[in-house]
Formats: sequence, C-alpha cells, structure tokens
Amino acid sequence: MLIRHTAALAAMLLLGTAPLAQAADKPTDPQIAHIAYTAGVIDVEAAKQALKKSKNKEVLAFAKDMVRDHEAVNVQALDLVKKLKVTPEDNDTSKALTKAAAGERAKLAKLKGAAFDKAYVDNEVAYHKQVDGALETLLIPSASNAELKSLLETGLKIFQGHEQHAEHVASMLK
Amino acid sequence: MVPKRHLWIALALTVIAAPVKAETIQVTIDKLVFSPATVEAKVGDTIEWVNKDMFAHTATVNGGWEVMIPPKKSASLTLKAAGAVDYFCRFHPNMKGHIAVAP
Ligand SMILES: [Cu+2]
Repeated sequence: MLIRHTAALAAMLLLGTAPLAQAADKPTDPQIAHIAYTAGVIDVEAAKQALKKSKNKEVLAFAKDMVRDHEAVNVQALDLVKKLKVTPEDNDTSKALTKAAAGERAKLAKLKGAAFDKAYVDNEVAYHKQVDGALETLLIPSASNAELKSLLETGLKIFQGHEQHAEHVASMLK
Repeated sequence: MVPKRHLWIALALTVIAAPVKAETIQVTIDKLVFSPATVEAKVGDTIEWVNKDMFAHTATVNGGWEVMIPPKKSASLTLKAAGAVDYFCRFHPNMKGHIAVAP
C-alpha cells in the first residue's frame, strides 16, 4: 500500500491532476513534514539558480523573496519537528519531487537571458500550483498533529501568494 | 462668582473648538491575514501595521503608496488624502485590506 500511496501522491504533486489518494493511503506526519520541507528546499534551490543566472530586476527580486520566505517557513518547520520530537521521514514522494526538480534545474541551466527568465518564472507558477494542490487536498487533510496542520495551512497561504506573485512577474515579462 | 451657566457655555465652546484628535489605528498581520481587513479612518490618522509573522509583508496600493513591514516589526503610514483604497501585499497578493478615509 505504501508504494501505491507514494506513487499516487508523487503523480499528483507532479501533474497536479491525479485524484485524491484513498483515506487508507494517507501519508504519516513524519512523511508529511519531510515532503513539505523538501518542497521548500526545492524552491530555494531554484531561486538560487535564478539569482546566479538572471539579470532581470523583477526576476531577481522575486527570487530573493522566494529564498527569504521558504527559508523562514523551513526554520519554523524544523523548530516544530524538534518540539514534537518527530523525525521527518524520507519517502518516495520527496524523492520524486527532488528528482523532478533536479531535471528542471538541468533544463534551466542550458538557458540564458530572457529565455531563462521566462522558463524560470513559468516553472515557478506551475510548481507553486502543484504544491498548493497537494497541500490542500492531501497533506493538510492527512496531518494528524494540530500544530503541523496549522503550519501547513500557513505554508499553503505562502505558496498561494507566491503563485500569484509569480503570475504577476510572468505577465511583466511578456 | 461666575454664573454656572456661563461656565457650561465656556466648556461647550472649548470642546467644539478643539481640533479632532488624530488617532492611530492598529492592523495586525498574523499568518498572512490583515485584521481588521477593513478600517475606517480620517485624514491625519495613522495606520500602524503590527507584523506577527516571520515573513516580510507590504501594504501596497496600486499606483499609490507602499509600506514595507519587516518580520516581527511594525510600520506606520499617516493618511493624507480622503477616499477609499484597496491595498494588498506585493509579496503575497492574496493578502488584501481596505481603508476608508473620511475627510
Ligand atoms: Cu505578504
């Protein structure tokens, strides 16, 4: 069952369209913590690549916002798991996310200038949308600890805000 | 002895003549929510945003003013013009607020 759930969740995270995993296939709190933390780390790494490669003022400002916010969320996440004595547990979903992100970074590494800016920002819109979907339909409803659930809810608002911010930057690049 | 009636008139005049005191109105930011989301103020009042989040926010009016609100800090703006404005956070445009400013 574990393989089925993680595969389904990974598919949902990556495509944003797969149906909800069944209740019996819910990820555990240590897995949820790991997935949420990984999702933040991935966006920080994408932003750091943009900070090195982009020359566009709007893109650079956006990337700095991503680093600042996701690092702040992840500091809170680490404080919380420490307090709850939960050890985040690596899982197939986290692994699939990390692998997909590495592929995306390799693709972006080959681009330059305006082509890079557009690909980075478009991917930011798509990525935040996918994570919003996963948080809303699976991770938040599956979390059993109230404090973890509350942090995920704040994380959802941050991700939704970034999605709108990224859409705004994308519209300015056109 | 001053007649009592005169005292009352003097008092009443003082109250009427005194300018309306400017107020400071607090808006708290907690977990990416401005509260209260809608504020009624008048020209000369100050809005003070108190940011309880670990995130930086802004209060931004499209084509108008912008206030930066650092994490765990406060920032203020004195209202100079009458009218109603919608504001949002530029970093998280899903955060929205409204201020109605009376003359
Ligand atoms: Cu904000």
